[in-house]
Amino acid sequence: MNYFDLPLEDFTNDFVDNWLLPNTAGFFDRISDILRSFIDMVTSFLLFIPPEVIVIAVILVSWKASGKGLALFALLGGFYLGAVELWAESMQTVAIVIVSTLISVAIGIPVGILTALNKTAERIVRPILDFMQTLPSFVYLIPAILLFGLGSVPAVIATFVFATPPVVRMTSLGIKQAPEDVIEASRAFGSTKWQLLAKVQFPLAVPTIMAGVNQTMMLALSMAVIASMIGAPGLGDTVLTGISTVNVGLGLTGGLAIVVLAIILDRITQSIGTKS
Amino acid sequence: MSKIEVKNLTKIFGSNPAQGMRLLEDGQKKSEILKKTGMTVGVNKASFHVEEGEVFVIMGLSGSGKSTLIRLVNRLIEPTSGEVLIDGESLKTMDTAELLNTRRKKLAMVFQNFGLLPHRTVLSNVAYGLELQGMKKQEREAKAIKTLEDVGLKGYEASYPGELSGGMQQRVGIARALTNDADILLMDESFSALDPIIRKEMQNELMNLQSKLGKTILFITHDLDEALKLGDRIAIMKDGQIVQVGTAEQILEDPADEYVAEFVKDVDRSKILEASHVMKRPEVVMSHKDGHRMAIRKMEEVGASSIFVVGKDNELKGLLTIDDAIKAFKEDIPLNDILIEDVISVPPSTPLSDLIEIAVDSKYPITVVENSKLLGIISRVSILSGLVLGREKDVEIETSEVIPV
Repeated sequence: MNYFDLPLEDFTNDFVDNWLLPNTAGFFDRISDILRSFIDMVTSFLLFIPPEVIVIAVILVSWKASGKGLALFALLGGFYLGAVELWAESMQTVAIVIVSTLISVAIGIPVGILTALNKTAERIVRPILDFMQTLPSFVYLIPAILLFGLGSVPAVIATFVFATPPVVRMTSLGIKQAPEDVIEASRAFGSTKWQLLAKVQFPLAVPTIMAGVNQTMMLALSMAVIASMIGAPGLGDTVLTGISTVNVGLGLTGGLAIVVLAIILDRITQSIGTKS
Repeated sequence: MSKIEVKNLTKIFGSNPAQGMRLLEDGQKKSEILKKTGMTVGVNKASFHVEEGEVFVIMGLSGSGKSTLIRLVNRLIEPTSGEVLIDGESLKTMDTAELLNTRRKKLAMVFQNFGLLPHRTVLSNVAYGLELQGMKKQEREAKAIKTLEDVGLKGYEASYPGELSGGMQQRVGIARALTNDADILLMDESFSALDPIIRKEMQNELMNLQSKLGKTILFITHDLDEALKLGDRIAIMKDGQIVQVGTAEQILEDPADEYVAEFVKDVDRSKILEASHVMKRPEVVMSHKDGHRMAIRKMEEVGASSIFVVGKDNELKGLLTIDDAIKAFKEDIPLNDILIEDVISVPPSTPLSDLIEIAVDSKYPITVVENSKLLGIISRVSILSGLVLGREKDVEIETSEVIPV
């Protein structure tokens, strides 16, 4: 099938080396600085608060959101993270997850609403989402390093790429699913498009949107681990060290810590979605 | 000036409505246009007007275009051609702001499936129209509480629509429409989703409310009984066209075409009404043993010009008119000799459709007789009201109380 040569590889490298980096380095540096200080702020905040306080807060939230079971699990999970001395790493991972989820949600929900209401926007956004979801994550880890250097910033960027599609899709779905008769009633009483969105479509979509946020958060957590390969600190780093030194025990302790975080984050966000 | 005026309103759904319009102008039928172009003629040159305070019912089977028509009236659906005037103002030329304002202030709508906001309380639903207008929370909720009382939902303010029965949900829907203080209520099959008993109850309550509020109501239904009961005037729709507009009596007595006639026929059949269902207790029943004096006094008491005479065990003897009674009194002729005996008697199972013909020819009320006993009488009024309202309740209790004097 080789009818003509497509020098995509050379072309891309050429583009990145000779145009993208020289021309946009300043721009990306600035984004990088802002993100880094944001992530650092969240991380140092989480590390500044005594672990006991955080664990108690999480237990209370779990209790309220889900029930006794999850509260007990949060307590045991807290003891576990302390006992295997992975508290600081856990908080670093949580910081990356929080920051990237916030960015994903802040961009994903408006985009989702736009695609639900506007067919052209949907036609443009949908292939981009497909692209983001199917492109192997390692592929964009490379340019992320080039543009943002090593560390937690490219991790957040890569996580954003990886984790945003669900919240966009679920928001779009939720908005579209508002019952036709309710929309019609609202229109009949003279609602503007904004009123319709703010008072009918969005509130009715909240449970679906929260399901999307939940998915985004879970993907962010799994990506935060992979992103340890580009220098992101946290539990992923622990696991990576375990792998590279063939230390099964270290890999397991790190892996279990991730599972603990995943279960708590998942159950809490899920119950927020179903309750509203 | 009519409250609502609809002129030549047409809606064609499909890829090329202009082409559909041309075919319609050429006199093609809905089915032909569908076959040729795949386009659906929703409403075909409908014209009517609704006066202030009138209940105007549009009746048609599903697919007749009635739901499309009501949505053209508030421009939820854009018409292909034709015009709607609300208080003399054309909806067609309004910009978005004017249209929204008209919907907010003049046209309130009640839906078949209620269309309530499931995430809001009953109170918040009822205040929704005013909220859209930007009214302050306290003010709009005070109004909403008042209308909720009017529709009998006091105490349900904090409930959610999903917690209420269908009938109660529709009360919320009606309250929401009333809270807006709009002059015009558009009611799209508003009671069709309710079970028959609740439905009847809601119809009665609507008539009660209407007698107090005097709104202009455009009511859509597929149910002729409902149309006859509620409508001051009724328009019958078929295939997107209005085939007849008239009062209940006009439509029952003088159907415009076979289609309407078929409907009217259905009224009788569907109700399976019989003489016993619509008969009334005779106004006065008196024994043949009583004298002239007694007969005249009885007639005087009830203000009737004639009276049925019965014998022992309610056996029908005949009809006595006041003139004859007086004459007989003066000339001292026995009552039995002057009774009109050829009054029309029917068995209780006589279908109403037969009674209509009999009633037209009969000077006197029809008697319902079984085993030569008088069970009840039927006047023209009771036939018509039977057609419109359905069977007369409690008839049996009443007739059992008839005791010869």
